[in-house]
Amino acid sequence: MAEIIRLTTPLTDKVIEKLKIGDQVLITGTLYTARDAAHKRLVDLLNSGKELPFDIRGQIIYYVGPAPARPGYVTGPAGPTTSGRMDPYAPRLMEAGMKGMIGKGKRSKDVVDAMKKHKCVYFAAIGGAAALIARSIKKVDVIAYEDLGTEAVRKMEVEDFQVIVVNDIYGNDLYEEGMKKYRRSP
Amino acid sequence: MRNIHIKEITEAVKNLCMEANYNLPEDVLHAFDRGLETEESPVGKAVLNALKKNAEIAWHEKIPICQDTGFSVFFVDVGQDVHIEGGSLSDAINEGVRQGYKEGYLRKSICDAFTRKNTGDNTPAVINYDIVPGDKIKIICAPKGGGSSNMSRVTMLKPADGIEGIKNYVIQRVLESGSNPCPPVVVGVGIGGTLEKAAQIATKALLRPIGSTNPDTVLKEIEEDLLKKINDLGMGPEGFGGRFYAMAVHIEKFPCHIASLPVAVNISCHASRHKEIVL
Repeated sequence: MAEIIRLTTPLTDKVIEKLKIGDQVLITGTLYTARDAAHKRLVDLLNSGKELPFDIRGQIIYYVGPAPARPGYVTGPAGPTTSGRMDPYAPRLMEAGMKGMIGKGKRSKDVVDAMKKHKCVYFAAIGGAAALIARSIKKVDVIAYEDLGTEAVRKMEVEDFQVIVVNDIYGNDLYEEGMKKYRRSP
Repeated sequence: MRNIHIKEITEAVKNLCMEANYNLPEDVLHAFDRGLETEESPVGKAVLNALKKNAEIAWHEKIPICQDTGFSVFFVDVGQDVHIEGGSLSDAINEGVRQGYKEGYLRKSICDAFTRKNTGDNTPAVINYDIVPGDKIKIICAPKGGGSSNMSRVTMLKPADGIEGIKNYVIQRVLESGSNPCPPVVVGVGIGGTLEKAAQIATKALLRPIGSTNPDTVLKEIEEDLLKKINDLGMGPEGFGGRFYAMAVHIEKFPCHIASLPVAVNISCHASRHKEIVL
């Protein structure tokens, strides 16, 4: 297995060009969180020519709605949600400069094509490993849409946040390739 | 006739909600260990080890296994010789959910279907009642996450489709689900009954302990065949490729109308959360 790659945000094209499907990556820096409702608002802002609540250029969006934090904790458990629901919005955010997405599950063809075009990479975090993932989240601030509760946009400072590259900018897909490798014909 | 006060029910439900979300069931942990023995993919193995570590943290720190603490689904067997006192049984269960999700730092994930406005306390719960002989109440709490629920389906096959048709449908459903339901999964299948009956027994099938044998020998064979075929697809843990996508396939069957063959598939995520109490 390939060695573990360490990345810091924001991501540059040079870094993204090197990433290949199956690469295990540890991210340190900033992640912005958004789910369905926040995506709709972000894209509405862009489409009406307004500024986003944060500078998205070079940044990674993490698809997550954390559980409430117990007293003394920075965050509650915070694992990835299904990315496919964000597919209608993702290309527009890539156009605005987004360079990475973290979630789980397959992306649509439109999203994969947009990733090639705008040089954006899709990572998966381990779905369901929310308590473990929370340990790599060091600071959390709600920066927009507080009314959305768990779906608000948060700025997360992370250290060695563990992900795997699912779609690189060359059109490859880990879900498809991984399955081919281990498939047994009946 | 035995009296049970609603206060006792609310308290029990509150604790069930928290415990079901903090503690990965024993049968799942054993399944992970079996999976680690058979998994060929290094990434698959790493995922299983991460999920074990995750369960250990959750148990130790009393925090949820997953941020999606689910729709609060209950199966309640009410003994016909029980008298509920102090108020409504359903209200008592919902109050337990309200308290459990607040005090337990669990995520509130229930919203209006149109406005998407959160109800704020994870109610209303989905409660399946059964009236049974005896003077006890058994409550099973099975929080169901959105990612795996979205992969579930009910269909009406033609009787001519038979067992092969059922198998093909289940495999196709699992293939389309891929990594979305957070594998390794349990695949619950309900065959027969009506639309709602098939869905209900598919959900109930998920509660059977992993590794247990179906007493119906025909269903047992179908379960084994499906489990092999599903894992031979090569999707593996989290869908990254590997041998151990499904921990188990559990089937329940009910007689159906001469014109129909309903089939429901309900997929459970790796946590397969459920916890029960008898009052």
